Amino acid sequence: MVSNLTMTERRLAVVILIVLSLVGLTMSVAGRADLMGTQGFIVLAFSVGLAFVVMSDFYSPTPDPKRLERYFDDPTKAGIVLSMIWAVIGMFVGVWVAALLAWPDLTFDAAWASFGRLRPVHTSGVIFGFGGNALIATSFHVLQRTSQGGLPDQLSPWFVLIGYNLFCVVAASGYLIGVTQSKEYAEPEWYADIWLVIVWVVYFLIYIRTLARRKEPHIYVANWYYMAFILVVAVLHIVNNLAVPVSFGHAKSYSLFSGVQDAMTQWWYGHNAVAFFLTAGFLGMMYYYLPKRAGRPIYSYRLSIISFWGITFMYMWAGSHHLHYTALPQWVQTLGMTFSLVLLVPSWASAGNALATLNGAWHKVRDDATLRFMMVAAVFYGLATFEGSFMAIRAVNSLSHYTDWTVGHVHAGALGWVAMITFGSIYALVPWMWKREAMYSPKLVEVHFWLALSGTIIYVFTMWNSGIIQGLMWRTYNESGTLAYSFIDSVSAMHPYYIARTFGGLLFLLGAAVGLYNVLMTIRASRMELAQAEGDADIPLVATARAVQPGE
Amino acid sequence: MMPLDHGTIVAFAKSWGLFYLIAMSVGVMVYALWPSNRTRFDRAKTSILDKDDKPWS
Repeated sequence: MVSNLTMTERRLAVVILIVLSLVGLTMSVAGRADLMGTQGFIVLAFSVGLAFVVMSDFYSPTPDPKRLERYFDDPTKAGIVLSMIWAVIGMFVGVWVAALLAWPDLTFDAAWASFGRLRPVHTSGVIFGFGGNALIATSFHVLQRTSQGGLPDQLSPWFVLIGYNLFCVVAASGYLIGVTQSKEYAEPEWYADIWLVIVWVVYFLIYIRTLARRKEPHIYVANWYYMAFILVVAVLHIVNNLAVPVSFGHAKSYSLFSGVQDAMTQWWYGHNAVAFFLTAGFLGMMYYYLPKRAGRPIYSYRLSIISFWGITFMYMWAGSHHLHYTALPQWVQTLGMTFSLVLLVPSWASAGNALATLNGAWHKVRDDATLRFMMVAAVFYGLATFEGSFMAIRAVNSLSHYTDWTVGHVHAGALGWVAMITFGSIYALVPWMWKREAMYSPKLVEVHFWLALSGTIIYVFTMWNSGIIQGLMWRTYNESGTLAYSFIDSVSAMHPYYIARTFGGLLFLLGAAVGLYNVLMTIRASRMELAQAEGDADIPLVATARAVQPGE
Repeated sequence: MMPLDHGTIVAFAKSWGLFYLIAMSVGVMVYALWPSNRTRFDRAKTSILDKDDKPWS
């Protein structure tokens, strides 16, 4: 992959890695008395390791200029594999934390394995590691194909992909040693946040630069969603992470906001992270890979535009529904509730648009597990958005808030929608990227599909049950007007559900592992075919001249 | 001059917030449903299906 870079790009890569390793070194020296020192060593090891990779291919021959006539897919390929690896890691930790709730002894008395440290490894691992890498990989693919133009250069996409993974590694390793900002989905501390801003700006510039030199006059709607994802996530990330570190050698920082403003900023961020990270970007995926795989254009392009602007403008105001019955002003709560309800319109417009696209191709959905992944994703998108709007109603929220119902809702979206559309898109994309007819094993795709679907259903139904029981136990009063159940009563009542939930999650994890295996085997098969083809070609057209015979 | 405080922001959000969101939705509907945009959208939605794997072809 390095051998496809020009000499200038290779040199620049080495310079970037040297600068990065110096940053790591500075962090480990300045933060030697703090957890930041450890984080510095991770940055140092990461960049020095990568420098070795670049250096080992540094003097390989300059690449064929003809490659620029083709699309640049190396970062997409790497992103797909990274995404699947993160999926297995993140979901493994997810099953672990689920098991911790049923069997608390599984922390093995180690601080790093406590629930509070493992949980963000799970959430960041699946959202940012699995989802983020899939978004970056597919966005580069969709962007190039829909604008009929190659990426503007070869180094910056690598910078984005690898830089983003460095952020994920620093974040996950930080949680284990106890670094956290204690803001949900924004746990990484200030230095990691600054790094992500740099990576993200480069990502946005790649998008703008490619679109600026596109050949196709109209920008396809999938790109609008990807652009909204990149742009809004940048805004959210910067505002929510405005903080002042204790010192430059200290991992801990303090938010610029305090009290109810801090809560509001956090949930404005948190809900829009769901909206623009977990929805807009994946809708971009859906609007490209679903029509492509089904071989049918999207049912209504107009509807896709209307739902795009609906989602973009309405999600922004919905975050306050996370803070019903708190110190937040009542009118802000009502605003969040109202916008959450209106949001159902563009959400169902997208889900309906996807299903209407498949109308007439149901035989393909029946036969093709890849397309079925995408169909189920659209169904769960519809379900989860309906449930979300419903739970945002203040009266419903009084029952659901702080219970497992919320956890079930999140996983209906994360497993049923986000992961399903990602797996579907990856299974569609992998054969295209590695130039094969199909995946290594279509049977294993089928196995993955059923593991994922049954895992999701078990998970979501379990959490609905436990959540509603929990909510009802917390609000049941006896004749004397006091609570009928103590908190610990509700915890014991959850035990069987927590076991069932762990099992559902385990099925989903097994599916992801099968998927990773299938992807890796497809790559291997493609390489073997390529080697075979080269072997066949390695025959001279003119046979070797025979030795001159005496007398000739 | 009116002081810029919490009340001002709330008043602004509660009045102009409504109008600009309505204006924006009308604008989006007009753009999406404008008859002459139909050909462009139809081309866009079918254009992704018949592309080979090379840029600028």
